[in-house]
This record gives sequence, structure tokens and C-alpha cells, in this order.
Amino acid sequence: MENDKNSQKIVDYIQNFSRKHSLFVLAYGTGCGAIEIPATMTSRYDAERFGIRGAATPRQADVLLITGYLSTKTLKRVIRVYEQMQEPKYVIGFGSCTINGGMYYDSYNTINGLDQYLPVDVYINGCMPRPESVISGFVKLQELIQDGKANNGEKYRENLEHYRTNQKKIIKNWKMPDYNW
Amino acid sequence: MEDLGLKIFGAILTTFMAFAVGMTYGGIVRKLTARVQNRYGPPVYQNFLDLLKLQSKKTNIAHGFMGHMAPVWIIIAAVTVLMFIPILNGNLWFPNLSFHGDLIFLLYMMVFGSLGMALGAGQTGNPNSAIGVTRGLSQMVGYEIPFVLALVALMIQYETTSVQDLTQIQHETGVWNAFANPFAFLAALFASLGMFRYSPFDIVGAPAELASGPVSEFGGKYLGTMMSGGAVFAFIKLTLYVHLFFGGAGNPDNSGIWATLAGIGILLIKTFLLYMIPVFYGWINPRYRTEQAIRYFWGWPTALGILGVLWAVYIY
Repeated sequence: MENDKNSQKIVDYIQNFSRKHSLFVLAYGTGCGAIEIPATMTSRYDAERFGIRGAATPRQADVLLITGYLSTKTLKRVIRVYEQMQEPKYVIGFGSCTINGGMYYDSYNTINGLDQYLPVDVYINGCMPRPESVISGFVKLQELIQDGKANNGEKYRENLEHYRTNQKKIIKNWKMPDYNW
Repeated sequence: MEDLGLKIFGAILTTFMAFAVGMTYGGIVRKLTARVQNRYGPPVYQNFLDLLKLQSKKTNIAHGFMGHMAPVWIIIAAVTVLMFIPILNGNLWFPNLSFHGDLIFLLYMMVFGSLGMALGAGQTGNPNSAIGVTRGLSQMVGYEIPFVLALVALMIQYETTSVQDLTQIQHETGVWNAFANPFAFLAALFASLGMFRYSPFDIVGAPAELASGPVSEFGGKYLGTMMSGGAVFAFIKLTLYVHLFFGGAGNPDNSGIWATLAGIGILLIKTFLLYMIPVFYGWINPRYRTEQAIRYFWGWPTALGILGVLWAVYIY
């Protein structure tokens, strides 16, 4: 994203501006946090005024929203979904469960800490985070995008070995197709 | 030579105008929908931001040759059809090719974009795409019947297939075709509900059950190009309807700059009001199933279309 040419700086600014104001969200409703998403999108809090709208498939999405705990089974699906998304792509961890396991910290089949497996841009804490905090998390992501700091898609590709090792530690039967993203 | 330069300039201007108007109408609809749902809503220029973002995606994946060609095909079809539609009646600035194309040609060409979409979606191998395509083609079979009946009624009534002539006749007689043949107009209006794919006829996209249907495997630049093509197509359909039924826009005797601008203003007002009909209908309706949609189109709209043809043959 960093570039010395002045002309490129203008292009970057415009691109980041459009990326920031047009976030297609793929809400991966894994846990109880999914119930806050309708409240955020509908008339009371209206996330669409920030340019945030739902995307139906990972190909069209920019933001992967992990709402709540991730069991080892769903982690596999989340990784597949994340790898199908097109860059630049962002991940938002939603709720305490994605940060440190939350109330499932000692459970045998959920993960503690999403950022060991996927690069997370923004965490929204709380159990549950209210729609206000969800929107504040999105605004934080918008700030990161405008500054050109939200390039975790590249980070994931560069450190793929690290992430794969962590992922394979949890997922024993690793039968995943290779993607040429 | 100067004439040719002016024509090329007019064609480019037409394309960009159609694109900008289509995208802006989409943005206005999003804003109005939000207001109806008691939300603040995105800005009117939100569609342009979306398009810019989609075009500036860093990675774009295609699933083979047709998957790569489908968006190109759509935009080629859109611009080609646009060239054969008279933008302003008899205006020298946007003549394009409107004198040569007729309604039968337009009927064929308007399906071309959907065909490219169907082929591209078929190659992605996504089951949602396949279901979306079958739904889309079924729905097209549904609304094409009343639409063609309405157009046939107009062709019989005035014994011409040229859009230009139909507009000129309305200009000369001063009676809009919407009143000269009300049954044909109503049939075409019902067909337009299916054409714009707002509720209850949004069975192709169907985000809840089909994951946006045919476009489910297209992201980034591909989706952005499809969006641009769709915006141009929206403008095409609206302009065609205005020229067929609402007397068109523009003064054929005066191609001065102010007359042209006034003509464009009238065209925008007419197209926007026409666009609001499917949108308003969509706000108060849930989604139909495929067979319900086809039954809808083959019911009263088709009956009205047949009445329109009878009106043109016996009464007019």
C-alpha cells in the first residue's frame, strides 16, 4: 500500500476512500452474536448509512464477521470461507469468545483466540457487544483502511506456514482443497 | 468527416450518460427504500463507491473462459442495445444508430446479456448459480409474452417496427401510446415489473435462499462490470418504454443546446417516474416462487396484451 510516487498516493487515497465506505459484510453467524447483526442492520442502528451491507457469498465479501465462539468444526469452514474471499479482505472478531474464549475458555472443542488461525483486523469486545459497539468497531476498521494499515490478506499469504501449522494443530482431519487466490 | 466525429462523440456521451443515470437511479432507490423502512440510508452516490471498490479489488478469480467473458458480454450487449435506442427524438447530438434498429431487433438483443450471464454462471459450477439461471430464464419466458404482445399491438396499430417512427407519430398526433392503446401499455407495464427484478419478482437474486444466484461466484472486477452493465440496461429499458408509450423526449425540429438539455431533463423526469412503478410495487410485496411469477405473467398481463392486439386490429 505504501508508495513514494505522488500520483500513486492520490490513487491510493481514492481507492482507500471507496474501500472504506463500501464494506460488504459476510456475517458468519457461528455463535449467539449473530442475533446482534439484524439489530445493527435494521432501522434503529442502520449500518447501511456507513456503506455497510450484507454480502451473500465469500467471493463478493470484504469483511468476514465472526460472531461469537468458534468450535473446531466451524473453524474449518471459516478458514475455507476466508480463503475464498478476494483481497483486500478484513476479519472482525466479535465478542469475548473470539478474543480469549470467553465463557468457553476451558471447553474441549472451541478455540481460544481467533488471531492464531486467521489475521484479525479489529476485535469488538463484550458479551454481547451492543450494536453501538459493533458500529464503533466498523468505524475503527474504516480508519485502519483509510490509513492503509488494513492489509491482513497479504499478511496471511506471507505467513501462511505459521497459520497453517496452527490450523492443523486444531483440525486433525485436514482435507482441504488448495486455493489459488 | 465532421459528421462522423460528432456521431462518435454522441455515442460516447450516450454511454456515459446511461451509466451515470442508471447508477444514480439505483442509489436513489436504495435511499428511498431506507427511508420507507425508517432508516437513514446510504448516500445517493453509494453505488459509485461500491463500483469503485469492486474495481479496485486486488485479486479477482475467474472460473474459466466463459466466467471471464460473461461480464464483458453483458456490457457489450448493454452498449450495443443502447446504440439502437433513440435517446432524444430526432436530436442531432445522439443519433447513434437509432434509425436502423427496429423493435424486433431490440427484442432479440435485449436477451443477449442475460444469455451471457447464464453461460458464465453455468461455468462456475456453483449449484446456486445454476438454480438462479433456470429461475431467471423461466421468469423471462413469463414476462416476454405480455411484453411481445404489447409491442406487436403497437406494430400493428401504426404499421411500423421502428422506435423512431413510433415516437415521431406520438409527437405529431400529440397522443401518447399509453392512451392510444391502453391495453398494450398495461401489459408492457406488468412486464416491466418482471424486467426490473424488484420484489416480488426478485427470484433470480434471492439473497436469502440462493446467495445472490447467478453472480454468487463472481467478485471484484467481474461483479463491478456486471453492475455497470445492469445500470446501463436499466436506463435502456426505461428509455425504450418512455419512447414507446410516453411520447419520448426532445424536439425533433430543434437540436440547439438548450432544447437538448430540456429534452434530457424531460427524459430524466419521465424515466424516473416510470422507474418508481416497479420500485413502489416491490416495497409492498414479498417474493414470489418461480411458478407463481410465471402464472402471474401468463394471467392478466397476457390477457391485456391480447386485448391490446385486438384493439389495434379492430378498434383503432
